[in-house]
Amino acid sequence: MSSPVTVPELSEVDKDRLAQVGIDLTNKNRCGTYLQMDQDVVQAECGESGIEVHSYKKAMEKYDWLKDYAWNVVSPEKDDVTRYVAAQKDPKGYVIIAHKGSSNIMPIQACLYLGKDQIQHVHNILIAEEGAELHIISGCASGAHVGKGGAHYGISEFYIKKNAKISFTMIHNWSEDIEVYPRSASIIEENGVFLSNYVCMQPVKKVQMYPTATLVGANSVVRFSSIVIATPKSYMDLGSRAILEAPGASAEIVTRAITKGGTIMSRGHINGKVAGTRGHLECKGLILKDGIIYAIPEIEGSVVGTELSHEAAVGKLARDEIEYLMSRGLDEDEATATIIRGFLDVKITGLPDALQKQIDASIDVAEKSGF
Amino acid sequence: MSFCKDYVHVKSVNWGNGHTVCDRSMLQIKNLHVNIGDKEVLHDINLTIGEGETHVLLGPNGSGKTTLLMTIMGFSNYTITKGKIFFKGEDVTSMHAHERAQRGIGMMFQRPPTVSGLKLGKMLTAISRTKDEDITELAKSVHMDKFLERDINKGFSGGEIKRSEVLQLMIQNPDFVMLDEPESGVDLENISLIGTTIGSLLEKNKHLIKRRKSGLVITHTGYILDYIDADKGHVMCDGQIRCHGNPREILKDIKQRGYKECLECRHP
Repeated sequence: MSSPVTVPELSEVDKDRLAQVGIDLTNKNRCGTYLQMDQDVVQAECGESGIEVHSYKKAMEKYDWLKDYAWNVVSPEKDDVTRYVAAQKDPKGYVIIAHKGSSNIMPIQACLYLGKDQIQHVHNILIAEEGAELHIISGCASGAHVGKGGAHYGISEFYIKKNAKISFTMIHNWSEDIEVYPRSASIIEENGVFLSNYVCMQPVKKVQMYPTATLVGANSVVRFSSIVIATPKSYMDLGSRAILEAPGASAEIVTRAITKGGTIMSRGHINGKVAGTRGHLECKGLILKDGIIYAIPEIEGSVVGTELSHEAAVGKLARDEIEYLMSRGLDEDEATATIIRGFLDVKITGLPDALQKQIDASIDVAEKSGF
Repeated sequence: MSFCKDYVHVKSVNWGNGHTVCDRSMLQIKNLHVNIGDKEVLHDINLTIGEGETHVLLGPNGSGKTTLLMTIMGFSNYTITKGKIFFKGEDVTSMHAHERAQRGIGMMFQRPPTVSGLKLGKMLTAISRTKDEDITELAKSVHMDKFLERDINKGFSGGEIKRSEVLQLMIQNPDFVMLDEPESGVDLENISLIGTTIGSLLEKNKHLIKRRKSGLVITHTGYILDYIDADKGHVMCDGQIRCHGNPREILKDIKQRGYKECLECRHP
């Protein structure tokens, strides 16, 4: 068992903020930890046999072959964010390798904490070798400081080999002055499964991301699930893309978006390139206070035998549903919260209980503060 | 006060002339007029249901039966323009639905809305504000334990909707139960289960003297009457209650002669 992380400069408030994004500072319910405060790697370890957690730099020193995995699925020339990270002489971030056949029941936690710095940059590589199963919770938070501003640039490259599985649950708890630019992509081989979950219930100045999964192996699966609330002044430009390149490959993109005054661009793109592929894209939006939910679902099929569908709906809370609950004795606020809770309640097939509970807990926090 | 103490739902009412009388009514509706939008849909409704009594509301489609139940429940689409509703002696006319529910009014909806994402189990927990164990047991008793993780009413069959409704009422345990066509869309086996459960909600298993729960039931077929022993029947036509009487006799008349005479009857 790893000893508890000691982070003397972390205030109780900030510890709470980390707990809210699923970071367990006692390590009790986690099998490994990567903790990065601003640009300092505080901890990188894993107690599970067959699974390695290293800082990016150490991993690169340890394994020469890793260089083939870096800047492979994400191009360094993609945009200003990737160029900035690629130009760093002292790269930060983590590498997690689940060797052949290994699996972790308890998730590994990766915590990226932005305290004083203007820009935090990370480059992460996650590899599940053949038959391995890897569960990660990535909690990203900033200190409870307001007005200083800051940005987080995160590059993540995922490799899901034959019969392997990765679940990656990212929970954000930034603040109104932070901009966040994740850039991530994945390659999924035969029978591989990739579950990518994103939860953001708290204010953020801007998030922009469009993770892309390329399904190159037969019967590979990707599921993107996003549960987000945009508070006033938050701008969330979120997309997910799946490129189906092998027979039997399937993709599901599910989004639950609520605006309380902020803007949510909910993009999605599924491209069925070969026969025998399936994809479904679903975006449900709820406007609680005047804001914008702009759903842009794209499905693109180019061969006979690909089946793609999408549904998108943006609306308000239905009065008859609220009153139905009120007729059972719930007051209007309780009824409204119960319905919103249900709206956000996305059960992710294949996700371990501990992680589902963590997602539920983040929504609970939002519910307690009255959504 | 001692005069009223034997009755659970009874309040002594001071009439202001020095006399205090004991009011045993569960529900009292006086000169009630109701609008939906600009249109008056219920006209001058008067109805009193005593403690322990179950009344039946009959009438053709579109006559205003559901509207009356929704108005008693306190749904905001139904505007009371005139008249009063008293529940256990208290004026509830301007109360919200949840305040009425908290005072003991409950309703089984004919077509409840689907609440996407909200699981039946979560809904029941929210209603009960207590433990989950009882919920599972109660759900088993109406064969709904397999539905606790399902979105409420989503893809439910007619019988499943009724069982879900009755299950919610079991947890809510209201003193006054309104049932909007509890047997519609339900097969015979389920009618028996739903009927028996409704019967116990209305304390039909208790002796008349000890019965405290009251009910108001809309039915077209009368099947439910086999389980609930209704005390009185009322016929609604064109937003008015036109006549009162023995529920089985009224139903027999309607089965034989239809609603034609009721529709023609302007002066009950």
